[in-house]
Amino acid sequence: MTDELFTISTLIGILHSCVRLATPYLFASLGETFGQRSGVLNLGVDGIMLMGAFFAFYVVFEGHNLWVGVLAAIVVGMLMGLLKAFVSVTMQALQGISGIGLYLFGLGLSSLLFKTLIGSVEGVSGFRQVGIPFVSDLPGIGHIFFNHNALVYLAYIMVPVSWFVINRTTLGLKIRAVGHNPEAADTLGVSVNGVRYATMMIGGALAGVAGASLSIGLQNVFQENMTNGLGFIAVALVYFGSWRTVGVLAGSLLFSLVNALQLWVQALGIPVPSEVAVMMPYVMTIVVLAFTARQIQKPAALARSYERGE
Amino acid sequence: MNSTPTFISTGQRSIEDLFAHGISKPTAGHRAVNFRLNAPYVQMYDIVKRFPGVLACDHVDFDVRRGEVHALLGENGAGKSTLMKVLYGLYQPEGGRILRDGAEVTIHSPTDAIHQGIGMIHQHFMLVDTLTVTENVALGLKSSRGLLLDLDRVEDGIRELSEAYGLQIDPRAPVWTLSVGERQRVEIMKALYRGAALLILDEPTAVLTPQEVEELFVTLSYMKENGYSLVFISHKLQEVLAVSDRITVMREGRRVGTVSTKEMTRNELVRMMVGRDIILEQTRDEVEVGDVRLRLQNVSARGVTGQQALRDVSLSVKSGEILGVAGISGNGQRELAEVVAGLRPHSGGSVEMDEVTINDWTTARRTESGLAYIPEERMHDGIVRDFAVSENLVLQEHTREPFSHGIFLAFEYIARYSRKLIQDFYIKTPDIRTMTRNLSGGNIQRLIVARELSRQPKVLVAAQPTRGIDIGAIEYIYSQILEQRDRGAAILLISEDLDELLALCDRIAVIFEGTIMDVLDRNETTAEELGLLMAGVDPANQEGAQAGVPAGAQA
Ligand SMILES: Nc1ncnc2c1ncn2[C@@H]1O[C@H](COP(=O)(O)OP(=O)(O)O)[C@@H](O)[C@H]1O
Ligand SMILES: [Mg+2]
Repeated sequence: MTDELFTISTLIGILHSCVRLATPYLFASLGETFGQRSGVLNLGVDGIMLMGAFFAFYVVFEGHNLWVGVLAAIVVGMLMGLLKAFVSVTMQALQGISGIGLYLFGLGLSSLLFKTLIGSVEGVSGFRQVGIPFVSDLPGIGHIFFNHNALVYLAYIMVPVSWFVINRTTLGLKIRAVGHNPEAADTLGVSVNGVRYATMMIGGALAGVAGASLSIGLQNVFQENMTNGLGFIAVALVYFGSWRTVGVLAGSLLFSLVNALQLWVQALGIPVPSEVAVMMPYVMTIVVLAFTARQIQKPAALARSYERGE
Repeated sequence: MNSTPTFISTGQRSIEDLFAHGISKPTAGHRAVNFRLNAPYVQMYDIVKRFPGVLACDHVDFDVRRGEVHALLGENGAGKSTLMKVLYGLYQPEGGRILRDGAEVTIHSPTDAIHQGIGMIHQHFMLVDTLTVTENVALGLKSSRGLLLDLDRVEDGIRELSEAYGLQIDPRAPVWTLSVGERQRVEIMKALYRGAALLILDEPTAVLTPQEVEELFVTLSYMKENGYSLVFISHKLQEVLAVSDRITVMREGRRVGTVSTKEMTRNELVRMMVGRDIILEQTRDEVEVGDVRLRLQNVSARGVTGQQALRDVSLSVKSGEILGVAGISGNGQRELAEVVAGLRPHSGGSVEMDEVTINDWTTARRTESGLAYIPEERMHDGIVRDFAVSENLVLQEHTREPFSHGIFLAFEYIARYSRKLIQDFYIKTPDIRTMTRNLSGGNIQRLIVARELSRQPKVLVAAQPTRGIDIGAIEYIYSQILEQRDRGAAILLISEDLDELLALCDRIAVIFEGTIMDVLDRNETTAEELGLLMAGVDPANQEGAQAGVPAGAQA
């Protein structure tokens, strides 16, 4: 039985899953990167993802186009981001606590809406795999990288896009400045709170899509708490990736690889208790965070609200 | 460097002298401001600004002309920064008017001020140190490419300005790699790039080495020649006399007067500033120097962030001697003081008091054995802010007779003792039960000095004892330190103020990046030599260094 793990087709299967399963991690942790680079820690990503997942699913379930579902997830995500910004930027609530609050709010509300509006576990037909012409026919590589659904491609496109926004635009410069020295940014007429609202909404939109990628892209169902804490791993990935988009990409792939292995181990019936297999990504999170002590890149004003001192 | 005249020693110098020093003349008319000399550019009338319990600006008038350096002189707390923060839109005044080119303007925020062509360099730099110089300059500006950054164009602009005004900076360097002097140039660059025609510099020399001060003055002269208006805030007389055209003196929130620099002497300015004559030049009696009381041998220690802060430091101080430690802040002075006081472990070497190794002694034991410590962070390390004045005065001795009997404090005695110290050391406080945090900086320092010196210490470590306090308190603390020396104490005086060190010390050690560069006799050294050593340059080994090259670049 064990040698089945080592056949070429198994390997290709695992890598294909790895690329595919990185999708929600990527959306969510790229979104979180924007927030953290501007100095706001949003621990509520998981709650936003659940809301995004629910609304995308519900819209599609009601017979609308898949892209309308994605749009719904974006709008809901932005509203959740706005709420987070209001509480932690305007009201200056402790960012960690208010994030947990947002998570519980998203978890509760999505479950409630699910029970009242849908009731039972139903399926929808989500985004379908689309092979990219020519390259998807390449042996091995073609299947691993170029045979996925639209949201998977979009997640990878968001990596350079996010990098570009952070490093090459005026908004990005403001984000970096506000996250590191809000006082200095303020004296130059940059609206610290304005920038933080913007990043919370960008992050919220991306977290919403991350949720949609689960409910109408990867699993095509909605279940209560279907993220299983994936949003918290996404927050950890930002630390792991040292607040850089490539780092976040590397982290997302690492985690989805562990996930893919775990699924295949189960699918192949290898005698490992399934609880152990399911635990693997979470154990990884702890191990990885313990060893990523390098925090040179850490935005100095992370999790500190800003008030202009007279 | 030997031929380089200094502003500090020679007073005012013409711009032509500066060009003779190998610095090219600025390209004429760069950002040419069309100016009529002597026309007031900005005028402030009748400015009133109140803080809870303080009238920081009491109906103050102030004006600055194009092409002049107008110095704002006054002791700490006189209201200089407040007045200028009103002009820069950081504070809203309760009364008064601001005019630019004769027309009234309203300034509600720094952004408004920048629109009016007013820039300000703060006492604490406002830079994002993870960003590059160019990014710091571009931050908050409209980009010529809309949403995309135009850093290449900003960089060209920076290079142009830096050539014109002798502001040497590498636009691509991340700010965290820059020296303090370079950071200040970035701040000036930010203001110039934003089209400031009036630049306010709040105590710009406080953080600089003497060489960097000179470079700053060269830059200021170029800017003045090109029609810029400059406000130079300082409480240092020599600098004000060297760099300014006019001087406005402030005291306790009021304008004492505005005078032409040429017509003033140092002593006249002091009188305006403090309202009486002050003799900072202390008379030093010759004292018999005795045995070594404090000795450090090859001491190494790490700093707060774990970096190597002291390397192989060896020093000794004899009874009746003041050993100064000169250096730019952050070069290990703090760690040095803490190691001697027993607050910081050292990783190598030994500390001895009266020839006894005290490496593993607690702070309390050191104190009992005759060590006194005036810490640099007086608000944090020197006092307990929420304790009464009397409690702070007996902080070390409260467990001993006659301050306590067994576990009970002797309130009667403590009160009597406190009143005596308050009287002897001229501590201005309403009562012995007043919360210490409510005292002014100068009075808190008097309190600490009273507590430490009343114990007749054998060894005194004084770290920045006069920083940020009023000139009256400075005068008093100088006399107290000298009195301790005459009495036979061994004194380690850590300071960034070279004038202070040269006035008080018998010998001066210069510390740079945790190593002692040299130890010099007071009579055989100059401020220039010390300044070079402070920048890490050994003047003895230095050949052909050119004037105008930043000290940082040579180091
Ligand atoms: N933000 C503030 N809040 C309350 N009091 C202040 C504030 N800023 C300055 N002051 C007080 O106003 C007076 C003038 O201070 P400042 O303008 O900083 O003096 P200077 O710059 O001349 O040293 C001082 O008594 C100071 O304590
Ligand atoms: Mg000031």
